[in-house]
Amino acid sequence: MPADELDRTGRRSPEALLKHVQAAERAASRGTLKVFLGYTSGVGKSFRMFDEARRRHERGQDVVVAAAQPTMPPDVAEIVSALESIPARVTDGIPVIDTDAVLARRPQLCVVDGLAYDNPPGSSRAKRYLDVEVLLHAGIGVLASLNLEYIEEQHEFVRGVTGTAPAEGVPQAFIDGADEVVIVDAPPEAATSAHAQQLSLLRQRALLLTADVVDRQLEAFLEMHGVRQTWGTQERIAVCMTPRANATAMLASGRRNADRFHGELFAICVNQPNPTPEDKSALARNVTLARAQQAHVDILEGKDPIGAILEYARTNGITQLFVGHNLRKGWRTRLTGSLLDRLIDEAEGLDVRVFPH
Amino acid sequence: MAGVAPRGRLKVFLGYAAGVGKTYQMLTEAQDLHAHGVDVVIAYFEPHGRQETIAMTDGLESVPRRAMDYRGSTFEEMDTDAVLRRRPHVAVVDEFPHTNVPGSARAKRYEDVHLLLEAGIDVLTTMNVQHLESLNDQIWQSTGVRVRETIPDWVLKQADEVVMVDLTPRALLNRLERGVVYSPERATAALQNFFKEPTLVALRELAMRQTAYAAETRQQDETRQAARTDMAVRADERLLLMIDPSPASAALIRRGRRVADYLQAECLAVYVSRTADLSDLTPDERDSVERQLNFARGLRIESRILDGEDIAQTLVAFARLHDVTQIFVTRRTEGRMAALLKRGLVQRIVGLAHDMQVTIVADRSRRQTTRA
Repeated sequence: MPADELDRTGRRSPEALLKHVQAAERAASRGTLKVFLGYTSGVGKSFRMFDEARRRHERGQDVVVAAAQPTMPPDVAEIVSALESIPARVTDGIPVIDTDAVLARRPQLCVVDGLAYDNPPGSSRAKRYLDVEVLLHAGIGVLASLNLEYIEEQHEFVRGVTGTAPAEGVPQAFIDGADEVVIVDAPPEAATSAHAQQLSLLRQRALLLTADVVDRQLEAFLEMHGVRQTWGTQERIAVCMTPRANATAMLASGRRNADRFHGELFAICVNQPNPTPEDKSALARNVTLARAQQAHVDILEGKDPIGAILEYARTNGITQLFVGHNLRKGWRTRLTGSLLDRLIDEAEGLDVRVFPH
Repeated sequence: MAGVAPRGRLKVFLGYAAGVGKTYQMLTEAQDLHAHGVDVVIAYFEPHGRQETIAMTDGLESVPRRAMDYRGSTFEEMDTDAVLRRRPHVAVVDEFPHTNVPGSARAKRYEDVHLLLEAGIDVLTTMNVQHLESLNDQIWQSTGVRVRETIPDWVLKQADEVVMVDLTPRALLNRLERGVVYSPERATAALQNFFKEPTLVALRELAMRQTAYAAETRQQDETRQAARTDMAVRADERLLLMIDPSPASAALIRRGRRVADYLQAECLAVYVSRTADLSDLTPDERDSVERQLNFARGLRIESRILDGEDIAQTLVAFARLHDVTQIFVTRRTEGRMAALLKRGLVQRIVGLAHDMQVTIVADRSRRQTTRA
């Protein structure tokens, strides 16, 4: 669950609950979307997708092809020719799904090869994925294929790797909303080592992106079933910031570790009762530092800081907690010492990393 | 031709459960190679009674398996010597993490595969992500299944290619219900154990991350080779794992190995004893420490025993001498008295190691499932 859906005690907000109820209602009548994601063309997405359509057709589902690529490898063409098609209408050289005809035909399942087309000006909808949205809304299931480079949020990354990115795209949120995402993985076959490097980077990104989608689905599933469990499939590092802690070093290390694990970074602090003006400004400074490291920042309330931290960690599936160890003498040392002991004693299922100061 | 054949290439088809199509995809590739005139043989294939998969072996040569008697039963294993004599260009070896029946020349199938690779034979093989050693505790925690047949992470790291074989959990569960994966009675049992949707989703996510990680490390290796930097990369971090006789140490070692791999850090393990001959331990504890140290060595962690009157001081001095940046210790010790002593020890280590990080590792050898 994203942190912004939680109130300060880590419970779900009414807005979040409402969203879930609405999502459940939508899901009941909506068609299911399954996306076949590849990292480049030629990895066999279309084949996998049409092969599934063929098998579902053989098992008695009512399947219609609404969009196929203009040129297909023989094995794909063979399957497509055996299935019923509602051909896309070509306007200005651009194939547009015949949404009205599909709606009128009302199949159980519709196949759309290539999700990222822009429809020509004057079309009912500007993008093909919006046509797909109409089909889903009407309760028709959709199988669709897509390459990583066509996800809008990946354009910058793809341009960084290959030098170019397509003009067309599908928003990440559309992929996130899919009921199922399949990664079609094949090792890169490249003529040059530079090209192999590019393909490898795209492949890694496609795998991690799908893993993230899967992770969010897992969370949603567990949440729906009231299960709270740290699965640790993705590393989530939370840096605990206290006004006096050296947050700079912990945040920098947290960022580096999160990056190496392709994980997430969180930064939390607990509002202490009666903070001094110095405490307040130190805290503000730490929050700025944490934002600069692109951490999810949360301020927790509570008389029991350790309890609040641990509850937050459980709710957010934290796997590693970074804390500072204050070695200065005096009552604060004794306090810090005992708090640290309690944290270590009670942080079941978490790694606690103590930083020197 | 003179000289030694170059090492064969290892390609792993990685999945997350039985029935996702690993073997099918591997055989598809074998058929493809065969069609292109490459000399491919099936060195080991596990049919599991799956007709579509069995059909994919049509037209491919198989090297007969070797029958082995063990305790009155007959087991069939890959006949590694026969494959070596046959000397194909590519060998198909199903189920990479398999443990050979006792009495075999090698304990593990991956050791047999190693021999084939050394002989210059390319190998295609299959495995599920849950068999990876460093994930063992995590898998146990989330599924309640302790996977016994494990593969050390460095073995998978030697693969030239790791390909993810993906099938959505829903599709897999459909296949299971249709009886494609297992016989009906096995399917019912499987649905109650491993094949629960959240479990499958979690394993699938792990497989994706593992595949991405494999691609990333492979690419880094190639970049290094291209730059012709023969020098080992100087790790900017060094981890020191503090082993004790408790069972939690195995989880500490696995976790340490995994963190070290991801951080590209070096990793050491020590047991600190008050006496050089471990005479302060009971025979059971001594065995346990030896087992843990050997387990660490099996994961390619340099391991040794230190001795010193003051355990915390000995540990931290060693760490400082070896430029350790992070010390890993276990969290819990059984028994109240031991727990208090342990707490004191951790406190002392944290206090002494003022120039290092100290990580108190979660006890992943315990299960904890809570309902909200």
